[in-house]
Amino acid sequence: MKKRSISDAQVLPKIVLVGNPNVGKSVLFNALTGAYTTVSNYPGTSVEVSRGVCEVAGQRFEVLDTPGMYTLMPITEEERVARAILLEETPHTVLHVIDARNIERMLPMTLQLVEAGLPVVLVVNIMDEAERLGMEIDTALLEEKIGIPVIAAATARKRGLQEIRAVIENAADRPQARFSYAADLESDIRQVADLLREEYRLSRKSLALLLLQRDTEIEALVRRTEGEQDYARIAQVVNGVVFERRADLHLRISLERKRVCSGLLAGVVRQSAVAGVPLAERLSNWMMNPWTGVPILLLILYFGLYQVVGVFGAGVVVDFLEGVLFEEHINPWVERLGQTYLAWDWLYELLVGEYGVLTLGVRYAVALVLPIVGSFFLVFSLIEDTGYFPRLAMLVDRVFKRIGLNGRAVIPIVLGFGCDTMATIVTRTLETIRERIIATLLLALAIPCSAQLGVILGLLSGVPGALVVWSACIAGLFLLVGFLAARVMPGEQPMFYMEIPPLRMPQPRNVLVKTLTRMQSYFLEIFPLFILASVLLWAGKMTGLLEGLVRAMTPAMNALGLPAEAAAAFIFGFFRRDFGAAGLYDLQTSGLLSAVQLTVAAVTLTLFVPCIAQFLIMQKERGWRVSLGILVFVSVLAFTAGALLNRLLLAGGVLS
Amino acid sequence: MKVSPKAEEILEALWIATEEAGDNAAHLSTLGIGPDDEALAELNRLAYIEVSGDRVYLRKEGRPEARMTVRRHRLAERLMMDILDVKGGEGNAKACELEHLLHQGVDTKICTLLNHPSTCPHGNPIPPGLCCEEAREQGRVGVVALTELKAGEGGEIAYLAADDPKKMQKLMSMGVLPGNRLQLSQTFPTFVFKVGHSQFAVDQDLAREIFVRKE
Repeated sequence: MKKRSISDAQVLPKIVLVGNPNVGKSVLFNALTGAYTTVSNYPGTSVEVSRGVCEVAGQRFEVLDTPGMYTLMPITEEERVARAILLEETPHTVLHVIDARNIERMLPMTLQLVEAGLPVVLVVNIMDEAERLGMEIDTALLEEKIGIPVIAAATARKRGLQEIRAVIENAADRPQARFSYAADLESDIRQVADLLREEYRLSRKSLALLLLQRDTEIEALVRRTEGEQDYARIAQVVNGVVFERRADLHLRISLERKRVCSGLLAGVVRQSAVAGVPLAERLSNWMMNPWTGVPILLLILYFGLYQVVGVFGAGVVVDFLEGVLFEEHINPWVERLGQTYLAWDWLYELLVGEYGVLTLGVRYAVALVLPIVGSFFLVFSLIEDTGYFPRLAMLVDRVFKRIGLNGRAVIPIVLGFGCDTMATIVTRTLETIRERIIATLLLALAIPCSAQLGVILGLLSGVPGALVVWSACIAGLFLLVGFLAARVMPGEQPMFYMEIPPLRMPQPRNVLVKTLTRMQSYFLEIFPLFILASVLLWAGKMTGLLEGLVRAMTPAMNALGLPAEAAAAFIFGFFRRDFGAAGLYDLQTSGLLSAVQLTVAAVTLTLFVPCIAQFLIMQKERGWRVSLGILVFVSVLAFTAGALLNRLLLAGGVLS
Repeated sequence: MKVSPKAEEILEALWIATEEAGDNAAHLSTLGIGPDDEALAELNRLAYIEVSGDRVYLRKEGRPEARMTVRRHRLAERLMMDILDVKGGEGNAKACELEHLLHQGVDTKICTLLNHPSTCPHGNPIPPGLCCEEAREQGRVGVVALTELKAGEGGEIAYLAADDPKKMQKLMSMGVLPGNRLQLSQTFPTFVFKVGHSQFAVDQDLAREIFVRKE
């Protein structure tokens, strides 16, 4: 066997992992490659393709982990990405990973992969949980009947990995798969397939089926490959068949696959009765029942967000890192060093001055933002792995419908509490443009990111009542703006459907690795920006530009009833949301803000502009017109709401 | 006694003119036939109608047949549009062909499948058949939308009526397929049900389009 070096990874034979969402593809990917990709208990979390390398019997392979897909005919963005892999690559082995408990439902996709002519190996995963449900699956018999290798696995428990490696190694002596649909359907398919002349990655039969199901991407592919003239003839035949069977072609194909699968599974699956409702299922029911579900949600918010992120992350950890470590030890020390060794004033300012790279940039990033974001990611990963989010989605669907979204949007919105930039990318998973725009708008307006949220929670919890006023304002505007947007935006109401995976006990290692991975990528992304921001601020200070900007913003600050110095926090805020909140933190600790001022500033800053990164992503995802519109709208609304709130609080004598 | 399709059309038009439009007869011109039309002669022979000049009257003897013809037509429309998802002019045309085949109990089966609908897709009444009366007496419902089940109830999925093919495809690929057993566990705030070992949540709009043969 020829040895290959790492550098020619692109010519390594490929192993492609495909399958429904939430069947354990990423776990298998990690096990094969030893690399780490995010694993979650939420359908549709992996949008991108992960690539890694593994070695089987001395031979190196490239492993591709694709986003979940339900059929070979894509509906969502993730599915499109997954199929593109199958269309563009020539895999050595396609591992179709399925959930043993739902073998009957997932097997039809195996048929599709087999008929596409792909070298499919069926991995019947999550066997352990299926066995607990009293299911017995005779994989050897299934292998014999279906004619492709079938492996029983529980990859999270390392079961079946050996067999998977063996099957990859012995690709040559795999059996031949064979099955067929009803005669009339087969003859329809043949009619179309026989017209395809050129070479394709997928088999003609599979292409014919996709053409008959009016898959626009495949239509374009065939048009490109066969040429306009031949395509016209093919389209005519396709149209003919589709028209002949107009009432039920789609359903017919699904039912045929179901029929074939029932035949394959006869004698393969045995189900024995299991007594009692397991605790996880009872807990799941409580989470989904509004009477018990809402209190559970509030408990999760209280303990997860308030206690862990606000009190522990933003309180205890930040107090130690920022208050003790930086303020008492590091900063005085570097300032002393600076005074001794830095002869030039400008350099001193750049490194250790008011906006110094070390004293401001590094301090904000390391001592203030990282612990808060870290504690949020920890809570988020923990909740994510239990499978709580789909339950939350079904719980909030009705409310979200009112604001033009559906329950599915709960993920981008909740993710926004971690990082709005990341969440804006995830709005891609929403189905209609309308939903994406509304979600992007709400993220930009009313969802504080974890760092901002943490600092604000920490700041406001010192003032009785401030947290209540702040939450009421933000939640109220979130709903109001969503409600109005849903009325103003054209387009139809989205539908909600979602698979609800079983509740699982999160695995500590998985949660920890996921948290650390997220923290790492977050930190790598923000650190340079923080440094850049403090350099820009320094430059602004040295040239007097910053002072001018602050002065220019004085009327706005006056309208909000804030001291002129607060303008700096708002300017910071545009670099990063959390940067702004951190600026607020500095103002507060120097005793410049009254309770009312603090609340007004927090509300305005939360609503005010998305940070630079979020704005850039908005522009990339939604285009200039929409993103500029949102920017202007959000800024105007933030200051108007802030000014109104200031009047209201002063007039009502609240908080003062 | 089975009459020809053409004669059925005439009976149908007569029923609509006399029962629903409030006229006592229909003109030959509105029926689109001449006085020596074969179907007209057929109905005359059966004493279902009476022709007087250019006016055609529906006789008492012809009323039950006319009524059933209208019923079959409108059931066919419902079948076409709700289940087979053939809409617009296409649906109408297919329904017209189909109605002539719905004899000898086939109409009863379709009526039961559709859960004894009271109106056609255009809102016109469907004359009830024996099966409807029976179902009413026994308080029995055949196939109902998911929205009409209570939490804890279940049945076999009979058909999906989603008009968006993508949604339909999504449901099918998740295993929400005719023939599979479904168990409803919750109806508020969204509908939660189990098919096989998988659990799904759908909103009311979608739940309305999943039809279940209740156990």
